[in-house]
Amino acid sequence: MKTESRLEKVLAAGHLAVTAECGPPRGAQPEKVRQNARHLIGVCDAVNVTDNQTAMVRMSSLAASVIIKQEGLDPLFQVTSRDRNRLAMQADIIGAYSLGINTMLCLSGDHTKFGDHPMAMNVHDIDSMQMIQMVCDMRDKGIFQGGAEMKVPPKMFVGAAANPFADPFELRVMRLAKKIAAGADFVQTQCIFNVEKFEKWMEGVREMGLHKKCYILAGVTPCKSLGAAKYMANRVPGMDVPKEIVDRMASVPKEKQAEEGVTICVETIERLKKVEGVAGFHIMAIEWEEKVPEICERAGLLPRPQV
Amino acid sequence: MITAERKPLEELIQYIKPFKRILLLGCNECVTVCAAGGRKEVGLLASGLQMAMLKAGSNIEIRQHTLERQCDPEYVEELVPMIDGADAIMSMACGCGVQQLAMRFKDKPVFPAVNTKFMGASEKQGVWAERCQGCGNCLLGATGGICPIARCAKQLMNGPCGGSTSGKCEISEDVECAWQLIWDRLKALNLTDRYLDIMPAKDWRPAGGSGPRKIIREDLAE
Amino acid sequence: MENFEPVIVAFCCHYCAYTAADMAGSQRLPYPTNVKIIRIPCSGKIDALHLVKAFEKGADGVYVAGCLEGDCHFKNGNTKAARRVAYVKQYLEEIGIEGERLEMVNMSAGMGDRFAQTATEMTEKIRKLGPSPIRAAMAV
Repeated sequence: MKTESRLEKVLAAGHLAVTAECGPPRGAQPEKVRQNARHLIGVCDAVNVTDNQTAMVRMSSLAASVIIKQEGLDPLFQVTSRDRNRLAMQADIIGAYSLGINTMLCLSGDHTKFGDHPMAMNVHDIDSMQMIQMVCDMRDKGIFQGGAEMKVPPKMFVGAAANPFADPFELRVMRLAKKIAAGADFVQTQCIFNVEKFEKWMEGVREMGLHKKCYILAGVTPCKSLGAAKYMANRVPGMDVPKEIVDRMASVPKEKQAEEGVTICVETIERLKKVEGVAGFHIMAIEWEEKVPEICERAGLLPRPQV
Repeated sequence: MITAERKPLEELIQYIKPFKRILLLGCNECVTVCAAGGRKEVGLLASGLQMAMLKAGSNIEIRQHTLERQCDPEYVEELVPMIDGADAIMSMACGCGVQQLAMRFKDKPVFPAVNTKFMGASEKQGVWAERCQGCGNCLLGATGGICPIARCAKQLMNGPCGGSTSGKCEISEDVECAWQLIWDRLKALNLTDRYLDIMPAKDWRPAGGSGPRKIIREDLAE
Repeated sequence: MENFEPVIVAFCCHYCAYTAADMAGSQRLPYPTNVKIIRIPCSGKIDALHLVKAFEKGADGVYVAGCLEGDCHFKNGNTKAARRVAYVKQYLEEIGIEGERLEMVNMSAGMGDRFAQTATEMTEKIRKLGPSPIRAAMAV
């Protein structure tokens, strides 16, 4: 084991891992974090805590991760390169580890244009690839990004994001290879609705043997409504929601749409279980955390293993 | 070239209001190419300002002159005979020119007439786009000649991000994804293997990270 | 201003608008003497500076008359002129002059009646608008 991360233990033992997501609130509301987190107890191996998601200011992922840890869960601390330079990043990562956080995700982050501070600078002192390298060098070589030695390195289980649905498709497998070469221990993909396309990507992934070098967690999201499905299909860059899914949501009356969304999610997980190289699932049910236990139950992912 | 765009007339009127005699200076280089501050634009602005001030009941004298460049002291020196005849200078050059004037004519108020924007190239007549951010350590040789710092909204050196859609950046359909362009170039040059090389974290010191920059050529400087 | 007589400057392209003006003349079609015609080889020759200077020198109204769309003798001079007129209209508003004092019109060489009609309409429009604020200020 490289770290004390529960996620690493579950994956190393060969179980299908489950991670879920929790978005921090837009205010100093620690109780809200606790409420959302409680739904996820016993249901997942790590909880992603987003970092100013969609470039909207929220409680910091570091603070929310600590609160989640206090609730007895395992936070997966997300860090974007958009909001801080490498000094602040390293400081936050060391701080996080010092507070018991041992799993993290390195991301670029949505452009500020999408959020509530379009006037802010997009920092990107380093990008997500370089961040992965930086954290792995801290962990494995005990050095800061600038080269100096550090006293007690943070032992982070390092993850990255992968998006098989963004363009250009032809380099999405190479991009995963790059992240793995940079040191990524695991990746979580963008949520999958187009299983065929994901399977095509996985073919390329297996061809390069990447599934053996890195744990791939397939992302899924339950659609709350037809509106939510349409929004994801049309307004979110890098998401692929096939027409059949939107039509299926539309074919059901409004009161039944949430249920249908959950069913589609469960079915998707079942299909993905059969794809060689999938090491687990990342269930993104933001503001709908209470559905995660049901999804996991119906998809046969409970109880979570003892490791 | 360095591109610029004229400031709103309202703002410029506020600058010149307190004065009686203005020297309006154009520049024959970059701002001429992007139609922001050349001889013609000086004519247009002088006319517009004159009319606006006349309408407001104020009689202001605007003298027009265009220098070859405002960023070289030799050209700025040409203004010496004209300077006493002006209470204030308004420059249509980029920020470099405006500052050169302010440094030379220490007791004359100097105002910018344009907003300096970016270093760019013409895409076609009337359209100029950002191409370079002066990072001080050009990596165009590695990226097939497309700059990820100036042309990627997140200045990713190992892009694209997950928001690249049909060759466009997630921020707008009007912005091309720089990494799509880089990938296309690598393909055309049979260099796709290069994509797997990880570009390490950039040293931002040459980009201004260690303060305002200067180049000194000892063979040329006295 | 008492007995305000608008001063209108009409930049007319040689191939269409100016010929139409000639046609109006030979057909004895009346049009106001307020309109001063300036012949240019093509409406595309007109520069923003010409238009702005006309107002600076006291014109109450200005129009650029070019060929009908698709018929420009120089291919697309008239579309360029139209873009420049639109640009200057905005600039005039910034200066504090009503944008409608400047217009782009199109006509063919044979449209003597259209020339006369345009001249008349423009004069009346400007008469109602009153003297240009610049002309008014110059008079003070």
